[in-house]
Amino acid sequence: MPAMIRFILKRLLTMIPMLIGISFLCFAVLQLAPGDYVHTMMSSDQFSEELKRSVIREFGMDKPWPVQYLLWLWNALHLKFGVSLATRQSVATVIWQRMGNTLLLSACAFVVAWGTAIPLGVLSAVKRNSVVDRACSLLAYSGISVPGFFVALLAMLFAQRSGWFPIGGMHSPDFDEMNAREQFVDTARHLLLPTLVLGLAGCAGIMRQMRGSMLDTLHENFISAARARGLPERAVIFKHALRNAINPLITLLGFSLAGLLSGSALVENVMAWPGLGRLILESVLSKDTFLVMGAFTMGAALLMAGNLVSDILLAVTDPRIRMGR
Amino acid sequence: MSLPATHAAASTADDPGALEDGPSETPWQLTWRQLRKNRVAMVAGAVVILLYLMAILANFLSPYPMTERSDRVYQPPSPIVFHDARGRFSLLPHTERLDLDIESQEYHVARDSITPIRFFVRGEEYRLLGILPLRTHLFGGQGDTAFHPLGTDTEGRDVFSRLLVGSQISLSIGIIAICITFSIGLLIGGAAGYFGGAIDNVLMRLCEVIQSIPTFYLLIALAGLLPPTLDPRLTFLLIIVILSFVGWAGLARVIRGISLATRELEYVQAARALGVSDFNIIRRHILPGTFTYATVSATLAIPGYILAESGLSFLGLGIKIPVPSWGNMLSAAQDLEVLTSKFWMLTPGLMIFITVLAFNFLGDGLRDALDPKLRR
Repeated sequence: MPAMIRFILKRLLTMIPMLIGISFLCFAVLQLAPGDYVHTMMSSDQFSEELKRSVIREFGMDKPWPVQYLLWLWNALHLKFGVSLATRQSVATVIWQRMGNTLLLSACAFVVAWGTAIPLGVLSAVKRNSVVDRACSLLAYSGISVPGFFVALLAMLFAQRSGWFPIGGMHSPDFDEMNAREQFVDTARHLLLPTLVLGLAGCAGIMRQMRGSMLDTLHENFISAARARGLPERAVIFKHALRNAINPLITLLGFSLAGLLSGSALVENVMAWPGLGRLILESVLSKDTFLVMGAFTMGAALLMAGNLVSDILLAVTDPRIRMGR
Repeated sequence: MSLPATHAAASTADDPGALEDGPSETPWQLTWRQLRKNRVAMVAGAVVILLYLMAILANFLSPYPMTERSDRVYQPPSPIVFHDARGRFSLLPHTERLDLDIESQEYHVARDSITPIRFFVRGEEYRLLGILPLRTHLFGGQGDTAFHPLGTDTEGRDVFSRLLVGSQISLSIGIIAICITFSIGLLIGGAAGYFGGAIDNVLMRLCEVIQSIPTFYLLIALAGLLPPTLDPRLTFLLIIVILSFVGWAGLARVIRGISLATRELEYVQAARALGVSDFNIIRRHILPGTFTYATVSATLAIPGYILAESGLSFLGLGIKIPVPSWGNMLSAAQDLEVLTSKFWMLTPGLMIFITVLAFNFLGDGLRDALDPKLRR
């Protein structure tokens, strides 16, 4: 499918200037804020003179900031993201680890959100105005109206009261002494509540879209035709209606990922999940320039990758997009 | 919306017979009639109006100044009873004093402390609507019996009063931010769609860049860089600017799509042929076409700003204590001890929920009311 490959390549190529634009925006904003990395680092005696000199040399700290940005970009293109001021770890290492955690949480929440939203959306469309439909609507409206961090707080309250779940964090303190199976169970136990909080928040919007789209499709002529042909209702709904109704939701995939990333930033902070959102908050507060830059750019790249996936899916299902407008 | 006026004028001047079918409805009347049929949306609208009234009259409704501290730390909500000190039923609500038991660090109802809740009491001076100096508060405790309907916080401040004053911030931020966002979004989207070509390209790439950053990451980054010692009023303004900066891109893209289509319509072509300036064409002929979409999406976008502000303030990046906002009041509940035993500290979360829910119902109702397909 050469058209498809060309489409993907084109999208990948447009990602590069976008990422450069985003990192530039971020760098410029960091420069606008008073009190920067260099001053903190140079006035701190925690760092050896040698390290200071090498950082100055490598990142051109003595040069004006546009030059500094270009140097950062040059290094970043070689996958060198510098060191964190606070932890003195390599930024790349920290970000890979944190991004993995955020991806784990987001992926699980994603599965929960779509896994509950699609069946519930279809159900409430098919049984329109029934008790089930009304209950689902109420759930959806509540879901989009309650702040994610508030649900996270309530989940923490629940964990504390019931004692069934660990209260925040990703691992138990004795995680390192566990064997692989116990480690897996431990992480899963920590993962469950944040996943539910994040997943249910995402579920609401998708469910409403699914219901609307399904209702529209059920009014189409080809559904009446299928029914007139005497097809069983089950086949009409799942084979004819659902397959058409689900198309508009693919666009939602990308947005849903953006929502998950944003939502997870707050949930991570409340539930002490060591992810990218928490990292950004910490590094912004400590003005850890390179860490902010790295985390920010990777967060954006993650979002773009999500959008790309949803575009590819859309192109697979809709030939009009593949051919280009 | 000049269309209905000219229509009405035309029908009276040239064709008096048209009046016999009754005057035609303006789009506003039509929308209002549709909206009135939607009970949920009407209730939601009433709740929104009530919330804003509450915010406007916050100083009058709140028994204590928002920053007044007392030694009553984390006092639970004062009980409200309907009988007086001698146990006789009374229509007037009474309250009981809560005293701190030093040993257990818990509050207990003090014996024989039933006093009536007094209305229109004189208290701290404030300015109603920012102008009228007044000392009268709607209600308050009597004598040394403090009346805290929603308890007190970690500094012994009255939660109910802070909730009301906090609503001023939380509710106004949404409205102001939406005004800024829509001005930018309408103008940029309108211009991009109308001019097309290079301008369109540059503006849309800019939108894409902003949209490709996870919103909350950008909010955290921008808000986190505000110096913590900033004047609270300036912080308030900057938070609005930041929220608007993040929010305009999505709107601009949709407005661009609509104006791209309107651009080719005859009346726009006619205006151009008549030599109307580009700015006036966008303002008078292109943007009004996006009005319906803009109204609905504004109503549905306000809760987003309210949620974003509360999230930022919750993380300590937005409005800073001691100035209350619903978000920063909730950050006290991050402490597990407070979370598990001080339930009244969660009331701001309930307020956010009610507000956002009301806006969502109202927005959906408006969308249905403005949708010609649903009109009958």
